[in-house]
Amino acid sequence: MKTRDLSELAARNLREAALRNSLTTLGVAVGVASLVAMLSLGVGLQTLASQRLTRSGLFDAVFVTSQRNFRGPRQPPPAASTPKQNSRILDEDVRQQLSKLSNVTEVYPQIRFVTDVRYGDKSESTAVLGLPDSSRSSGAFDGITGAFFSSPTADEAILQIEFAKVLADQPASLVGKDIILRYAERAPLAKDASDEDLLDSMMGSGKPGGISIVPREKKLRIVGVIESDPSAGIGGFGGARVYLPLKTAEQLHVAQPDDMQAFLSGNSGKPTYMALTVRVHSPKDVPQVEAAIKQLGFATFSLLDATKGLRLVFTVFDLFLGLFGSLALTVASLGIINTLVMAILERRREIGILKALGATDRDVRSLFFAEAGAMGLFGGFFGVALGWLIGQALTWGTTIYLHQQNLPGVKISYVPWWLAFGAIGFAIAVSLVAGLYPASRAARLNPVEALRYE
Amino acid sequence: MPIATNFLQAECVSREYRLGETVIRAVDAVSLSIEKGEFVALLGSSGSGKSTLLSMMAGLDRPTSGAIRVQERNLAELEADDLARYRRETVGMVFQSFNLLPRMTLEENVELPLRLAEVDRKDRASRVGEALERVGLGARRRHRPSELSGGEQQRGALARALVNRPAILFADEPTGNLDSVNGEQILLLLRQIQDSLGMTIIMVTHERPLAEKFANRIALLSDGRLVSDGARN
Repeated sequence: MKTRDLSELAARNLREAALRNSLTTLGVAVGVASLVAMLSLGVGLQTLASQRLTRSGLFDAVFVTSQRNFRGPRQPPPAASTPKQNSRILDEDVRQQLSKLSNVTEVYPQIRFVTDVRYGDKSESTAVLGLPDSSRSSGAFDGITGAFFSSPTADEAILQIEFAKVLADQPASLVGKDIILRYAERAPLAKDASDEDLLDSMMGSGKPGGISIVPREKKLRIVGVIESDPSAGIGGFGGARVYLPLKTAEQLHVAQPDDMQAFLSGNSGKPTYMALTVRVHSPKDVPQVEAAIKQLGFATFSLLDATKGLRLVFTVFDLFLGLFGSLALTVASLGIINTLVMAILERRREIGILKALGATDRDVRSLFFAEAGAMGLFGGFFGVALGWLIGQALTWGTTIYLHQQNLPGVKISYVPWWLAFGAIGFAIAVSLVAGLYPASRAARLNPVEALRYE
Repeated sequence: MPIATNFLQAECVSREYRLGETVIRAVDAVSLSIEKGEFVALLGSSGSGKSTLLSMMAGLDRPTSGAIRVQERNLAELEADDLARYRRETVGMVFQSFNLLPRMTLEENVELPLRLAEVDRKDRASRVGEALERVGLGARRRHRPSELSGGEQQRGALARALVNRPAILFADEPTGNLDSVNGEQILLLLRQIQDSLGMTIIMVTHERPLAEKFANRIALLSDGRLVSDGARN
């Protein structure tokens, strides 16, 4: 029998026992819905976690240090497999070189220093960090009181709330107020003959002039107060309490611990950096970029291994959610078997007539398969829609709860296209397996006995 | 008039059924030769084995022993799919209880063998119309079986049996559920079909007068055995 004829006959048979077939299809739909709802929850949570982590900038970043940098107590560990090459200093030339590597979106230095912050008559010592403009989308500023920096070069500051509490009882009241930073500026030493002679005697002739450390002040407008720490994460990179636009921080030319080292190596003319952060397009680009940087003779560190571990946890989580969801579908498949076996009993005579008219065993089997498959198809469609609705309801409920806790709403359920099509396919497959026994039983019926059946 | 060829041959055909320890021999070593274009009535009382013999000749059942040859093919040796093709392409069946599918209209019932035979859709309507016109039901094509009288249902079943233009028409007690007037009309129709199409018709009946009136030949069965076999006209 041709597929179209088979489909028409199957559709007619399904319509004839509409109530029973609808209930069976509903059973499949509920099974699929539970599967979709469970997995959409798993996928949603995974998406939420990976979005947050990706936005944090930790997983699409390679942290680069010079191999000769001494490792501080909270600095990231050097890569074990770093090839030993001539040590190079991280300076502006290297920064430009790294920014030209493929899949690199941004290279910025870590400008972090300890300084005195004056507000009114209060003076507190704290760590200051320069933030690139891309930090705007890191998620750390989602709950900010006030706003992110108005421009990458603005004379503005954002305070971490704990530090803001030190400055004022009402942290929010600081927005719009000014603070003054007192810091040590690194400046080229003005040359005079005696200095030149002194340096020549110390360094040998031909070395450039020295550097000077000059105390400076900078007035900054407070534009925001945040609860989280956008610098948290890798090794000792966190812990800053005052944040400035990175370019503003760079223009301060704050003296860095490795300035002396740069000076001694004769590189005091250009800015040097303790560490550079290299951002890539996506976490999957990290290994390739990391390898390229190591080839250039720098030490690197990334959190890629941590993402692998995270993916494993979520895969196991999804597996268990899927297993629980599949239980309902298994129960639904028993409903399909029951419906089709009942249909065989009811339609025994019809099967006999079909066989007497020349239907092959395969025709009869296909007819029952088509009916089971159709119940799976419709059950799958309705189930995906129902599962999506359940997910939306969960997201809605969660958002209300989070808002009550003064937290931003999140989307905890997500139905990707592969889940929707996979669930429909799975429903059809389960239905066909459920139809296997009834279909083969119908196909094996003896036409003479079937025709005798009243 | 029948053409003298051995169109269908039953050779020492037996059919046994096993009920626990008991073996029931429904058909016992029947040999019968039917020529193309004959109208043969298998006559006998209830339980004589006539319907069982007909089922085997129609390819619905297989003999326990013996051979049934149709156009040089031994039905007993055919694979299930080949036997289904034989039923689909060579045979038309009419039953005592009409066996029209109640949820289909008359034309959908008649179209069913064409679906199974994978006949092109564009040819189906004309063939269904032709078959229904032949049995006088052209105006009732959209009616469901429950909306038809017994005689009309049997004529509809006859149209379904004819639509594939079979070589042999098997009729199992076609008048069993009809009154005498409708029964005679059906048999008259069978006779007309035999005359106009030259079709071989094999009919099971227990009504001797009807068999004598319409069949060319009567084969009498009793207790599974062929008791007599003789041409009438």
